[in-house]
Amino acid sequence: MIRSVRPLANASTRIAKRSLATANSDLIAIELPPSSFEGYNLEVPELNFETEKETLLKMYKDMIIIRRMEMAADALYKAKKIRGFCHLSVGQEAIAVGIENAITAEDTVITSYRCHGFAFMRGASVKEVLGELMGKRSGVSYGKGGSMHMFAPGFYGGNGIVGAQVPLGAGLAFSHKYRGQKAAAFTLYGDGASNQGQVFESYNMAKLWNLPCIFACENNKYGMGTAASRSSALVEYHKRGQYIPGLKVNGMDVLATYQASKFAKDWAAQGNGPLVLEYETYRYGGHSMSDPGTTYRTREEVQHMRSRNDPIAGLKATLLDKGIATEDEIKAYDKAARKYVDEQVAAAEADSPPEAKMDILFEDVYVPGSEIPVLRGRISDDSWDFKNKTFLNKVY
Amino acid sequence: MAPKLSSVAKTAQLAASALRNNNAVTRTLRQSGQFQALRMMDGARAASSTAEKKTITVRDALNAGLAEELDRDDDVFLMGEEVAQYNGAYKVSRGLLDRFGERRVIDTPITEMGFTGLAVGAALHGLKPVLEFMTFNFAMQAIDQIVNSAAKTYYMSGGKQPCNITFRGPNGAAAGVGAQHSQCYAAWYGSIPGLKVVSPYSAEDYKGLIKAAIRDPNPVVFLENEIAYGETFEISEEALSSDFVLPIGKAKVEIEGTDITLVAHSRTVKFCVEAAATLEKQYGVKAEVINLRSIKPLDVPTIVESVKKTGHLVTAEAGFPAFGVGSEIVAQIMESEAFDYLDAPVERVTGCEVPTPYAQELEDFAFPDEPTVVRAARKVLGL
Repeated sequence: MIRSVRPLANASTRIAKRSLATANSDLIAIELPPSSFEGYNLEVPELNFETEKETLLKMYKDMIIIRRMEMAADALYKAKKIRGFCHLSVGQEAIAVGIENAITAEDTVITSYRCHGFAFMRGASVKEVLGELMGKRSGVSYGKGGSMHMFAPGFYGGNGIVGAQVPLGAGLAFSHKYRGQKAAAFTLYGDGASNQGQVFESYNMAKLWNLPCIFACENNKYGMGTAASRSSALVEYHKRGQYIPGLKVNGMDVLATYQASKFAKDWAAQGNGPLVLEYETYRYGGHSMSDPGTTYRTREEVQHMRSRNDPIAGLKATLLDKGIATEDEIKAYDKAARKYVDEQVAAAEADSPPEAKMDILFEDVYVPGSEIPVLRGRISDDSWDFKNKTFLNKVY
Repeated sequence: MAPKLSSVAKTAQLAASALRNNNAVTRTLRQSGQFQALRMMDGARAASSTAEKKTITVRDALNAGLAEELDRDDDVFLMGEEVAQYNGAYKVSRGLLDRFGERRVIDTPITEMGFTGLAVGAALHGLKPVLEFMTFNFAMQAIDQIVNSAAKTYYMSGGKQPCNITFRGPNGAAAGVGAQHSQCYAAWYGSIPGLKVVSPYSAEDYKGLIKAAIRDPNPVVFLENEIAYGETFEISEEALSSDFVLPIGKAKVEIEGTDITLVAHSRTVKFCVEAAATLEKQYGVKAEVINLRSIKPLDVPTIVESVKKTGHLVTAEAGFPAFGVGSEIVAQIMESEAFDYLDAPVERVTGCEVPTPYAQELEDFAFPDEPTVVRAARKVLGL
């Protein structure tokens, strides 16, 4: 059966009203600039919308906490309290915050290794995130995963293999549909991952089976040290889905990311199948803590983005502009966020790592109760016997 | 003409008959804790049997197991190339689309990496996919999803994120399908902590183990064999019931013996069974044949108990020799108390260390067969 090409999606995808508001709450009118969106076989979301004052304040607080948390991670890494890989999202906060405020607990989110902000937004505390980075037992993955492997309810990581999370996200969407849920799976990947074959395999199945999968490219212009134009024959990532409608979004404006994410969630929930979003964003830091981020781009470029396009500064300007908060109130929020994160850092630092015991090492390889009888240690004596809960201590 | 016995084998035979006939020796064995070995040597112990046995092909047994699990749990679904409308590339999923519908039985495009990741994602969300690879050769394209996304996730999440998925499909050689379509992956998957790996031989194995694999909350790799699909086995009433589940990790002693242990998995078990008959008929050797059923976990205790009884061991598999299942068994025996009971070094029978050739005259050398197992047994016994 040959399916006809889908006609241009029309504005009948109305964005459902979301309300955190109490009866007394103010509704604020937002007018996004036309440069916020660019559609591909898609009518873009409304530039003008209303949202609650509370939502705007919450988004501001979310972003400054993530910013502070990532900066704390930076400091802890330099103090050698965090080991291995650490990929920070400083500058990209508007995406995690915009998405979370647009979705519900039933929706699902999956991303790559640049995942700390998402883990926080989906419910992990700052203490749990930083604790995991420092390898503490109280970390969000009990110290077993590290920076790249954080999980929370409705958040499927934290994935270390570039692009592998994209088919996983299509699978989350498959499960939503299988179960008859009106939920969406936000499946994030970077400009570097966007050329992976498995991404296109996922596009194909999502479109074929009409899965509620929101493919979302966080295009921060660089895949590690490689500029997007050096890796991608087509840098308009919202068009890469070819037969899937696409939407490019100004990822440095949380109001745009919020509106786009609401649109995408409702698109999926109304049974329209997949979308390909591109959140245009920027990371101030390097690819990871091992990368200064200055060998492949100029300091002027980084400075320009920081001073002209910062998501936190942008929302702050809106809050002041619309009279939602005063300069002093915002200073107070900043101070409260800094204090909160400092407390969480101290609490996480004070926590202990997993005990250096081999039986803890062997936990969670298999689901408890279904373990294989023995897991071998470095020598046969160190093998752990799950039935007798002891070491084999083999006697010849 | 009586077969020529080496002094080692002669000793072994004398010891074996002494154990059977000499009460003083028996008492000593009991005292030294060898009672289990003695009990196993009691040839009068009957194998399980019923008056009249039904027969079934492996294909039908597998089909029945899949249907029962689809019926039992709505979270279970089957996905793979040609599993639905084509009724399965090897007809294993015949009739399942008609019975359960297209929500439960899903045809995929030819995109292994993508659909494997999709199935793993569905499993992370709580569904219980049964993912078919047309052969495990094609699963190499998806091995990152099997190992890094499925097997390791429960551990990396500190026990928060389980992944109940079953990967199944033909593994190892078919007949004349060439090098890219003939590899055995038991050793590769068997080395991964977080996976369970199962390799059935008989129809009963296939039925009981596919149900166990689907119900197991961990990712399970279920290695089938294309030639086995058409083979017929006897099957008990008990095995035909929809409650029949075999435990993962328990090997089966297919034939009890006293003189040498032959250990194998999947189709190679058949050659060991045939070799045991030859060894008995031509050399008077009673071989014990162990069907591993499970690669991970490997039922080392069963092998150890057998070697303590027979003192001789041959492993047999169709996979490449280097770093294989046989290598692992030999290492485990060396590290166990069975080492002291070995009267001869262990010999491995494996696939030949070449990419599988096409011409039958050459392909016949690429994989074990009954004469090769007999040759290895004779070498170990010094016959």
